[in-house]
Amino acid sequence: MMEKMIFGRFIPGDSFVHKMDPRAKLVFVFAFILVVFIANNIPTYIALVVVTFFVIALSRIRLYFLINGLKPVMILMVFTFLIHVFFTKGGTVLIDWGIFNIQEEGVKQGIFISIRFLVLVFMTSILTLTTSPISITDGLETLLNPLKKIKVPVHELALMMSIALRFIPTLMDETDKIMKAQMARGSDVTSGTIKERLKAVVPLLIPLFVSAFKRAEDLATAMEVRGYRGGEGRTRYRQLKWSMRDTYALLLLVLFAVGLYYFRTTK
Amino acid sequence: MNNILTLNNIIFSYEVDQPEVKNAVEDVSFTVTEGEWIAIVGHNGSGKSTIARIINGLLFPQSGDVTVFGKLMNEDNLWSIRTELGMVFQNPDNQFVGATVQDDVAFALENNGVPYEDMVARVHQSLAQVKMEQFLNHEPQHLSGGQKQRVAIAGALALRPKLLILDEATSMLDPQGRQEVLDIVRKLRDDTGLTVLSITHDLEEAILADRILFMNQGRKFAEGQPSEIFALGDELVELGLDLPFSMKMAKMLQEKGIQLDGTHMSDEELVENLWISNFKK
Repeated sequence: MMEKMIFGRFIPGDSFVHKMDPRAKLVFVFAFILVVFIANNIPTYIALVVVTFFVIALSRIRLYFLINGLKPVMILMVFTFLIHVFFTKGGTVLIDWGIFNIQEEGVKQGIFISIRFLVLVFMTSILTLTTSPISITDGLETLLNPLKKIKVPVHELALMMSIALRFIPTLMDETDKIMKAQMARGSDVTSGTIKERLKAVVPLLIPLFVSAFKRAEDLATAMEVRGYRGGEGRTRYRQLKWSMRDTYALLLLVLFAVGLYYFRTTK
Repeated sequence: MNNILTLNNIIFSYEVDQPEVKNAVEDVSFTVTEGEWIAIVGHNGSGKSTIARIINGLLFPQSGDVTVFGKLMNEDNLWSIRTELGMVFQNPDNQFVGATVQDDVAFALENNGVPYEDMVARVHQSLAQVKMEQFLNHEPQHLSGGQKQRVAIAGALALRPKLLILDEATSMLDPQGRQEVLDIVRKLRDDTGLTVLSITHDLEEAILADRILFMNQGRKFAEGQPSEIFALGDELVELGLDLPFSMKMAKMLQEKGIQLDGTHMSDEELVENLWISNFKK
């Protein structure tokens, strides 16, 4: 079950991107999402693609993993591409079969939007593929720290997230066990009508929930005994280190954004 | 000898407003002195786990008081007392908070605001004490039950507590994991003089203790050295505890008319006695 999931999958490594501070990576990706919208003509879109592939090369992630990450948004990409091809008008008419009227601008916009999608999915996938979920949580916690001033429970949310991440494999195992136990009693989740299958899921979910609550209670007790009293006065064992490479990466992104802005077409 | 922990006439009920429900703990008093290993045994519902929770301030007794290191436990000093009590629970998975072994060991240190450099040193030291230092970056799902419990012990030791409480810490482990954990605890005690309070229904584990407190239906049924407790023999069996293999074996041999002297708390002891009894013929 786990092997198919690309989302949240982390591939350990020691490339430039792997070594970056999670905060820098998060800022970079969010900034990049905005930068993508600066591009509006052929040279700028080419530049976007080049930069993306440069980052992929730096991360030493195999293209296969990225293509895998693309699958869930594929339908959306094709759909928006077609919408643009058929409904954006302008430029020379390429095909004219009555209602099938395709014009140059439509094809161009369709390709641009598809590139935009591709680049965004690749960049965010690189973030999750090169950063362990727990580092992302740490990074988000420190980045969102200022929000504590307006009473956002940043520490609590981060702890909840890290505990949730820690329990995913445990609960997966548990689901597997319960599934086998129910199969041994003759329950069948894999065949039958949708209604029957949904019915067969109930005896899986109830024991899973009961045990999850039991675990939560035990964990809360264990945490209390070990002196957990909320974020106040807590020190951190996982330290984040900001290095020159993070500063360089962000500076390069700024330069790139300025460059894109210079070369975009202004109407 | 210093008293580490004193419980005085503890009465506790989970259902205070229902007097017809029997109290979970009924008038229990005992003292733990520095450096000893005390085992609290009893079958399910004997109140032994409730006692562990009372010692740790997770539950407050309706009457009676708990004194830890000479301080009477109350709401105000609860958190400082907890830093001196390490506790390991039954389920290895449900007490693993951190994403990796080292994060988990550091959890209690983080909670108590220990500075970073100090934390790193302590994490390594505690993991070395339980022989898990090569697993620093392992995730819990890649550890065996015994290894997880050893990490839990390291997590408790990181705060350098004076008393380690094992609340059925070995009951969910396979025989090998159980042996690993008990070996570590025994070694820790020999090396550092740590005081251990183990709550268990496993008499083979209780044999390791210096003193056994035998609980039944919320009351203290008997207290004494392992040999004294095991001399109760059939009474233990009647109250739902399983005798160690060597003792069962000795009893059966005696029934067959073989003369055996003394107690047989371990296999070696039994073998020794069998030799001697053979000579006597």
